[in-house]
Amino acid sequence: MFTITNKEKLADKVYLFEVNAPRIAKKAEPGQFVIVRQAENSERIPLTIADFDRKNNSITLVVLETGYSTSQMAKLTTGNSFLDIAGPLGHPSEIPSGETVLMVAGGLGIAPVFPIARKLKNAGNKVISIIGARNKDLLFWQDRMGKVSDELLVATDDGSLGHKGFVTDLVVDKIKNKNIDRVFAIGPGVMMNAVARVVPEEIELTVSLNALMVDGTGMCGGCRVSVGGETKFTCVDGPEFNGHKVDFEEFLMRHKIYKNEEEHICKLGKDLS
Amino acid sequence: MSKKTPEIMHKQNTSARSKNFKEVALGYTEEQAINEANRCLKCKKPLCVEGCPVRVQIPEFIKLIEDRKYVEAAYKIKETNSLPAVCGRVCPQEDQCEKTCILSKKGDPIRIGYLERFAADELEKSGEKTEEIVPSKQGKVAVIGSGPAGLTCAVDLAKLGYPVKILEAFHDTGGVLRYGIPEFRLPKHIVKNEVEYIKKLGIEIELNCVVGATVSIEDLRNEGYRAFFIGVGAGTPRFMNIPGENLNGVYSANEFLTRVNLMKAYDFPNSATPIKRGNHVAVVGGGNVAMDSARSALRLGAEKVDIIYRRSRVEMPARIEEIENAEEEGIEFHLLTNPKRIIGNKDNWVTGIECYRMELGEPDDSGRRRPVVVHGSEFIIDLDTVIIAIGNDANPLLTNRIEGLELNKWGNIVADENGKTSVPGMYAGGDIVTGAATVIEAMGAGRNSANTIAKYLDGLSE
Ligand SMILES: Cc1cc2nc3c(=O)[nH]c(=O)nc-3n(C[C@H](O)[C@H](O)[C@H](O)COP(=O)(O)OP(=O)(O)OC[C@H]3O[C@@H](n4cnc5c(N)ncnc54)[C@H](O)[C@@H]3O)c2cc1C
Ligand SMILES: Cc1cc2nc3c(=O)[nH]c(=O)nc-3n(C[C@H](O)[C@H](O)[C@H](O)COP(=O)(O)OP(=O)(O)OC[C@H]3O[C@@H](n4cnc5c(N)ncnc54)[C@H](O)[C@@H]3O)c2cc1C
Ligand code: SF4
Ligand code: SF4
Ligand code: FES
Repeated sequence: MFTITNKEKLADKVYLFEVNAPRIAKKAEPGQFVIVRQAENSERIPLTIADFDRKNNSITLVVLETGYSTSQMAKLTTGNSFLDIAGPLGHPSEIPSGETVLMVAGGLGIAPVFPIARKLKNAGNKVISIIGARNKDLLFWQDRMGKVSDELLVATDDGSLGHKGFVTDLVVDKIKNKNIDRVFAIGPGVMMNAVARVVPEEIELTVSLNALMVDGTGMCGGCRVSVGGETKFTCVDGPEFNGHKVDFEEFLMRHKIYKNEEEHICKLGKDLS
Repeated sequence: MSKKTPEIMHKQNTSARSKNFKEVALGYTEEQAINEANRCLKCKKPLCVEGCPVRVQIPEFIKLIEDRKYVEAAYKIKETNSLPAVCGRVCPQEDQCEKTCILSKKGDPIRIGYLERFAADELEKSGEKTEEIVPSKQGKVAVIGSGPAGLTCAVDLAKLGYPVKILEAFHDTGGVLRYGIPEFRLPKHIVKNEVEYIKKLGIEIELNCVVGATVSIEDLRNEGYRAFFIGVGAGTPRFMNIPGENLNGVYSANEFLTRVNLMKAYDFPNSATPIKRGNHVAVVGGGNVAMDSARSALRLGAEKVDIIYRRSRVEMPARIEEIENAEEEGIEFHLLTNPKRIIGNKDNWVTGIECYRMELGEPDDSGRRRPVVVHGSEFIIDLDTVIIAIGNDANPLLTNRIEGLELNKWGNIVADENGKTSVPGMYAGGDIVTGAATVIEAMGAGRNSANTIAKYLDGLSE
């Protein structure tokens, strides 16, 4: 049992959970994730470690309510617990030093981007961050992102805050005007794909893929993606990959495998016992 | 006079069983068990025992069944095999104890597996007595992986007096017994019972602990563990490296069976994990894993299930009983057939599989005749689901993170028959050493390692 020591609502449909998980808190690094099973009949779902506190034995998860499992999680409160959490899984992010790095976060992607940006900053890189969402009510952690960025830019589709338009507009602009060495892009698949289209091959691009998973340890192969023509397992070979080489078309279509089943279980709206 | 022919095992009828996940084989009645036990010659030099990897005292336990001492019979088996309810059901007896039984020359060996299962089930009914064992010896042991190898090693060490803890990556114990072998062949209450027994012995089990990620071997050393047993199984699925393998609707057997068994996807939406219920499913492979996948797909509601296997029927590594069960249930076998590519539509969904016909050529390293492609023989099977069951490789997640641990070229741990590896105090056994093998061999390896670990620890404290 992994007890929730703090729950907060960060934005529309976005919740933060601080969870007691001593072993994972000791080991976690930016870029890694955990597999969470909420209760006896729940799915195992992957969630990024958005923060960790080694002294307090806790990790922070940020959950966007998108379907059945995440909406069940949204109902939990401080004092409740998750039945199972396994991790930290996947490779930690590769952290350079002395570079100018552009961080691009779409929607919930702000959560995984934050600890990477902080580590980049601490390692002596210049960090420029672009965060975006459909509207300002979906944005969160501007304060935290501000603290770890030399420059923070905001984009909303409806223009309710910052630039009106997509994050990619700002990416194009930054790449044109600054010497960017490297780009991290984390968010919905469509957004990462869009960023990959506008970042030139010469600039390193890292994306973190949110493939469908079961075990998260390399034993099922359900999370496979094509990268540079080779099949990789996202959970153990990633989750970060070279964004120029990912076959996004396949990736996005593999996301729809259980679309009908997801809609079915959501409509039933059963509660987990 | 005792009967000459073996007692047959009653099964659920085929039309009912191919729609449910309940156990297919119903077990012997008392009368059947006694009749079968009667047939055994109780040989002075029992050849059957030679065929059993853990040397179960077969004539002795069969005699006890004959004398209606069923629980005693189970304890007799347990002296050498701690999981008789499992082994009675899943051992490939035709290659082991029943192969060497003296009566097999005439074609009718004693059904040792069925008797073993009978005794174990009687023990379960009567409730097994267990008492907590308080460790009497020095030297904590960490057993990594809770499959048959790890479970056996842990129990034996506890019985020898050592403090033991099992660390398991998944949220549940049992390894392949839990997530691989389906309910209709090995009911999960049996695995649960075994684990309850282990807990009652006082063995601690930590779930959700991916050793190599959640903790390192160094961390465990710092926590006071003096010796290690690695029983992490052969955990990463092989693909064929043919076009179309990443189409939607193409599964590895590991993923398919894990969704069905561990995550109970057959009970969706009561269980939240989904699975694609294909109408026409093809399974590539000819082992137990392929049979289990095919029969699970049928039970999920497929109208047609095919097995695609590149060699001929006699080379199929699956247990004969399960091949027969699969055939009875209406699964179609495409033998001497091998996939060339998997075909999909524009939305990335699988629609067919193109195969070659094969013929058998010269024997290969394994001694089996090598299948070779018949050129120009390609044909297409229309379908909506493909399950690839062509074997597993060693999962490097833990093994690559242990300094000095010798691996062979396939990534399996190099260990001798006593489980000793290249790292002092570290032992290994089961599929991670041998590659995919059997439950009983994994258990045998767990037992041998337990004995070596005991010697090692005694040496340390001297
Ligand atoms: C490495 C990794 C890290 C992740 N980190 C986070 C995180 O920190 N916070 C968070 O909220 N989510 C994260 N995700 C995504 C999260 O796992 C999914 O949102 C979740 O599994 C959806 O479950 P559901 O039952 O609520 O939705 P479903 O009913 O399963 O799906 C609803 C919608 O979400 C999409 N979806 C399903 N699974 C995923 C998935 N794995 N990734 C993205 N979209 C998915 C579906 O296509 C569908 O459109 C991460 C995924 C990965 C692989
Ligand atoms: C579908 C299927 C059907 C089979 N049918 C038969 C049959 O009928 N008869 C037969 O004799 N054999 C059968 N086998 C083979 C048999 O199940 C295996 O040989 C046996 O289970 C191997 O045991 P093991 O203990 O070595 O590994 P496993 O059973 O694989 O257990 C390994 C355990 O270690 C855990 N683990 C892995 N990595 C880590 C880590 N880093 N940290 C912590 N834990 C970890 C895993 O989660 C797992 O629980 C079958 C196998 C499959 C897949
Ligand atoms: S353990 Fe397996 S091989 Fe040994 S006697 Fe029992 S069924 Fe036969
Ligand atoms: S060899 Fe066959 S007949 Fe003889 S003791 Fe063993 S099981 Fe009985
Ligand atoms: S989630 Fe199973 S291999 Fe990656």
